[in-house]
Amino acid sequence: MDYESYEHDVLVIGAGGAGLRAAIEASSAGVSVGLVCKSLLGKAHTVMAEGGMAAALANVDDRDDWKVHFADTMRGGQYLNNWRMAELHAQEAPARARELEAWGAVFDRTKDGRILQRNFGGHKYPRLAHVGDRTGLEMIRTLQDHGIHQGIDVHMECTIVELLKDGDRVVGAFGYDRERGRFQLFSARAVVLASGGIGRAFKVTSNSWEYTGDGHALAYRAGADLMDMEFVQFHPTGMVWPPSVRGILVTEGVRGEGGVLRNSNGKRFMFEDIPDLYLSSTADDEEEGWRYTQGDKNSRRPPELLTRDHVARCIVREIKEGRGSPHQGVFLDIAWIKERLPNGAEHIKKKLPSMYHQFKQLAGIDITEEPMEVGPTTHYVMGGIRVDPDSQMSTVPGLFAAGECAAGLHGANRLGGNSLSDLLVFGQRAGQYAASFAKEQGAASINQGRVEEVARQALEPFERGEGNVEGPYQVQFDLQDMMQAQVGIVRTEGDIQKAIDEFPTLRSRADRVGVQGNREYNAGWHTALDLRNLLMVAEAVARSAILRRESRGAHFREDYLQKDAEQGKLNTVVRLDSSGEMQVKQEALPPVRGDLQEIIEDNK
Amino acid sequence: MTSATFRIWRGNAKGGEFQDYTTEVSEGMVVLDAVHQVQAEQANDLAVRWNCKAGKCGSCSAEVNGSPKLMCMTRLSSLPLDKPVTIEPMQAFPSIRDLVTDVSWNYQVKKEIQPFSPREPDSADGTWRMEQYDVERVQEFRKCIECFLCQDVCHVLRDHRLHGEFIGPRFFVYSAALEMHPLDTVDRTTELANDHGVGYCNITKCCTKVCPEEITITDNAIIPLKERVVDKMYDPLTKLLRMFRG
Repeated sequence: MDYESYEHDVLVIGAGGAGLRAAIEASSAGVSVGLVCKSLLGKAHTVMAEGGMAAALANVDDRDDWKVHFADTMRGGQYLNNWRMAELHAQEAPARARELEAWGAVFDRTKDGRILQRNFGGHKYPRLAHVGDRTGLEMIRTLQDHGIHQGIDVHMECTIVELLKDGDRVVGAFGYDRERGRFQLFSARAVVLASGGIGRAFKVTSNSWEYTGDGHALAYRAGADLMDMEFVQFHPTGMVWPPSVRGILVTEGVRGEGGVLRNSNGKRFMFEDIPDLYLSSTADDEEEGWRYTQGDKNSRRPPELLTRDHVARCIVREIKEGRGSPHQGVFLDIAWIKERLPNGAEHIKKKLPSMYHQFKQLAGIDITEEPMEVGPTTHYVMGGIRVDPDSQMSTVPGLFAAGECAAGLHGANRLGGNSLSDLLVFGQRAGQYAASFAKEQGAASINQGRVEEVARQALEPFERGEGNVEGPYQVQFDLQDMMQAQVGIVRTEGDIQKAIDEFPTLRSRADRVGVQGNREYNAGWHTALDLRNLLMVAEAVARSAILRRESRGAHFREDYLQKDAEQGKLNTVVRLDSSGEMQVKQEALPPVRGDLQEIIEDNK
Repeated sequence: MTSATFRIWRGNAKGGEFQDYTTEVSEGMVVLDAVHQVQAEQANDLAVRWNCKAGKCGSCSAEVNGSPKLMCMTRLSSLPLDKPVTIEPMQAFPSIRDLVTDVSWNYQVKKEIQPFSPREPDSADGTWRMEQYDVERVQEFRKCIECFLCQDVCHVLRDHRLHGEFIGPRFFVYSAALEMHPLDTVDRTTELANDHGVGYCNITKCCTKVCPEEITITDNAIIPLKERVVDKMYDPLTKLLRMFRG
């Protein structure tokens, strides 16, 4: 079998925020770095992040500090977070934000010329450094433009199909370049996975095609633990109309700037159901909520800015009970702020330029004049590869993970804005520790037999392609429909079980799909290979979801509506057992350190 | 349901041809939806590059009925569907396959431009102070999603193929963002004039017209760069001073 060979000290798989930051860090530690991206450089999913990056810079409200950010993150995650990761994240995010500025990022400014911060759901103070509603683009471009001068070897449009091990240790990866279809072998002393999420396992999603859970599946097959896979975040506001744009994200920033949710009766339904944990920090009336969005420090947040899991469920309730908008969503109205602001229309265009264009171009709606129709969309997976909180090393030596594909920081629900800071804080850490791990390792050997086997398997869809066989797309669509219906935003034991029972059939269909054509940029082939990962992560989500018999954060069980104190002390762990079966079990959370517990109590 | 025909270019660097695909279209569909539908139903191996499908990543650039467009932001309702919609790859770059082109040249060009280098921090904690007013013109340039449609439409690249002497509108926008960054300390005018070919641009503004981010490329980025070059290299007084300095 022909393949090109590359050798790096550290191989980073994924070039969004976390992967780029890891590569920059590893390179600065003096090791050779390879960076593999499934797309062109700078196109990764980070580019779509809109609202901002959470960091307790205290530029807008000087009462903010890392302790409040830590407590907010833990509350938002319903205390299922890894406390050490939440601590490191809150402490290190400000330095990571300032560092971006030193690398050329141009954030919006405060009146005194510092980085401006905006309000977001679940954050007590204005905390999100941002650039209008295109913060992700600013971040990835800054990292990209800095990174290309750091001596990193970038392998664009390359997909990894398998990690390679020498004994227990990960020593490389095997994949193909998408453009020509040539196989590529990467040997490395340490590998960092920064491959993002799994949104493509669902039908309605804000995620791009890349989000097929590759990193999760690669790690799982290499023997690493996954954790908390039942926690999939459904962002409350995705576009719902027209059908072709269903799922595209509508930033939480709309609500941060004063946008309100209404049902078909024109009622602001979010005031009707405020969870106990947030009762004391939520506005009493519309007036107070408005003042909060306009920066009044003595006011409390409007209920539209409650955590995403809660807002999403309230929207589902309105739709289910017949008070939805014409296309099965609810109304999100930012145009109303014209009543309060003299230059309201201009203000909206300035603060939310991407949203203005997105609705104007894709739905023919002027958001300065009319309300948007929105509904929940699969957005983010809190679960992922189980890592050491300090080093980001997985349970397999030499294999690190950072960003969305890693678990721990967000617990049962992620706060908006904590994702971009997560990428930088833990990308930096993964890069640092992967570099030092690589320096300590001797040479490893690549198992040629294994390489041949992986290559042969990857080509199998072509061999089946000539006959009258099913293509990969229909299997993918059926999986997405099933996950959406059975393991979506509202779950029951019966539904989840139905999904679990379907996996053997879907897997055997996936194992038999055939593709036509040659290996050059062949989307059918790519889909056939990604399908295996998608099925693996979807099954992990379903099997974890059935085990958690409570409702917590993003995991909502209609048959177990309440939180369960005992379940709240457990993480769900998924691993491949020695017989090749998926094993799912619950393990005790590490107890929170005393001083941090005090911070949590002080901020309740 | 109504149907429409899409005339899609199929082939690679060695050559190719248009092929017609008829598929059902529904309200709100964009060109990329139609391409995906054809791919899923009729041509599994149809090559198309895309990512976000929301106009934010700049991957799905192509020429629709002859105009450079993002396929994900081009609604079918904006096109006449009574005749076939032609979809072909960008012409300024080498073909890889079907609608996918080799845009790697752009990545090489960017590497050759001197990177951002900030002045000393303004404050003891290592941070800077910038006015919103001062960052806004740079923020316009930083909206760029690197779709390379401006490169595709620019006749210096598209027709004259001066890829070796001219960096193209995208990288003038990039250079302008660096040059006008309130913190940056590097002067890039010499290479803009000598190596990057800013003089080749004759201000036809085609790039501005196709920019999906509505960046005023010619007026706000290229013309000010041309002015800087003139100020530095052709100003008579400066020229005189340069002669004396040797």
